Amino acid sequence: MKTQRAAKIQSIANRRKPNRSRSGDAFIYLMLGLTALIMVYPLVFALAASLKPLDELFRFPPRLLPVNPTFDNFADLVVTMGQSWVPFGRYLTNTVLITLLGTAGHLFVASMAAFVLAKYNFPGSKAFFRLVVVALMFSGYVTGIPNYLMLTRLGLVDTHWAVILPAFAAPIGLFLMKQFMESIPMALLESAKVDGASEWRIFWQIVMPNVKPAWLTLIIFSVQGLWNVRAQTVIYSEAKKTLTYALQQIQAGGIARTGQAAAVTVIMMLVPIGIFILSQTQILETMASSGIKE
Amino acid sequence: MSMMNKYLDLRKRNLQDAWYRAKQMRVCYLFLLPFAVLFVTFYILPMITSIRYSFTYYNILEPARFIGLANYINLILQDDVFLISVKNTFIIAVITGPIGYILSFMFAWFINELPRWMRSLAVVIFYAPSIAGNAYFIFGIIFRGDVYGYLNSFLVRTGIINAPILWLTDPKYMMPVVVLVLLWMSMGTGFLAFVAGLKGVDQAQYEAGYVDGVKNRWQELYYITLPNMRPMLLFGAVMSITAAFSVADQTMALCGYPSTDYAAHTVVTHLFDYGYTRFDMGYASAIATLLFITMILTNKAIQSMLKKVGT
Repeated sequence: MKTQRAAKIQSIANRRKPNRSRSGDAFIYLMLGLTALIMVYPLVFALAASLKPLDELFRFPPRLLPVNPTFDNFADLVVTMGQSWVPFGRYLTNTVLITLLGTAGHLFVASMAAFVLAKYNFPGSKAFFRLVVVALMFSGYVTGIPNYLMLTRLGLVDTHWAVILPAFAAPIGLFLMKQFMESIPMALLESAKVDGASEWRIFWQIVMPNVKPAWLTLIIFSVQGLWNVRAQTVIYSEAKKTLTYALQQIQAGGIARTGQAAAVTVIMMLVPIGIFILSQTQILETMASSGIKE
Repeated sequence: MSMMNKYLDLRKRNLQDAWYRAKQMRVCYLFLLPFAVLFVTFYILPMITSIRYSFTYYNILEPARFIGLANYINLILQDDVFLISVKNTFIIAVITGPIGYILSFMFAWFINELPRWMRSLAVVIFYAPSIAGNAYFIFGIIFRGDVYGYLNSFLVRTGIINAPILWLTDPKYMMPVVVLVLLWMSMGTGFLAFVAGLKGVDQAQYEAGYVDGVKNRWQELYYITLPNMRPMLLFGAVMSITAAFSVADQTMALCGYPSTDYAAHTVVTHLFDYGYTRFDMGYASAIATLLFITMILTNKAIQSMLKKVGT
């Protein structure tokens, strides 16, 4: 009986997925293929539109792919931005600065908190984490007004810190990092402790190098949020405004700016999608531990 | 009396114990401190302040004046536009929330069946729309109301319609278009968690399943995959509820602000209107509070539903 069962296990292990029907596979491939086309169409459309010369943008009947692709729209964009009151480079610097500082700070601050929440049990730790999970549900608009008042009181309105400091404490980053750090074996930390390492050394030299996949995940979520930040309610000096804000002014420029608007869309989507493509494997590794445990 | 004393004694001992442990773990609090300070300042305090302001009249220039429940009463009994926005948000949340959530899971599951190299490509294609900045702007060109709009031009040429349809300004079509765009963007963080979770299910369980007679992929999904995925399902639900209830950017970008007859006016658009255009902060805070309570309650209901999955 036992050998029979073992033989059955062996024969099953040789095939990859023994309980899959051919027709089911076909159905899945078909569904995925069709939906993938729908998903990718608007993005290809944006890319195509950004490469079309003016006469093709308004051709009737319109066609998806450009006949004579050109970078005119991108060149025009530079010209338009060059005529703006504040030079284009300024907006770009602002956004890059906000994104870099905000992401670096977030990674550091959130990892430190995640480390103790994941690895030590101290009074208040469970309650604090529950609060963070609830905060996953705060959308920016809901807390926007009191947040503005808070920033005013702290004297941070109309500085880049008004965007950077709140980004440090984004709840999603702490959440993902904490869930991921739980997989680090406690024995590793305890042996370091026995060897006389301080908590700080354990964190910096043992835990952090072990959670590199989670870094990338925090980085992409943070970059994605900060790169797209408009911040028009907390920053009003033109020279401090973000790239997204400036670009959206162009998108709002109506039909005459259709080509440039498409170019803007392409520039804005390339950064987050590019980072995701480069770091997909590590991100998925982190997300595997993202669940909310009961 | 002695029971009471004993109870108090116990409480005191517990507190002393907690205090002792807290002192032992001092360094933990130091690690937590930077995050905790910023988190409380920029997330928790604003939320509490918002609830407090919802009971006041506050226009930023004058000090807030306590007016009890007047904001809430006005919202529900007087403000027709608010009721329209609730209806729209409700439609959006009920359609895009669950459908987006189920689609995210289904496609993550389908993708998990693919060979390795195709899997990576598929994940990028399905996830890209949700992180592509404001790429939804492109739907403004596809659904443009004149004959140069791509959809209109296609429909006119094929003879299905003989005059262009004002997709984004005619109240009849605005909501369906918005729902379509939101579904396009719905494969977000939850989707990613599902893809990762599916990959992480222990292969030994599937093999045990084959032996124990799990006949097809649906049985496998129900008996092995779903129970293993429960934590990701809970996380995905939180993300999708938040997204579904806070829709505003897309409707404002596509249908305008305000939209024709408020046909694409959502609760957050309404909040935006009172908070940032009319500076009636008390009223806007009342809207925010109601929205937040709705989100928490929905979340509680969904979480308790999901806990029953596969058991």
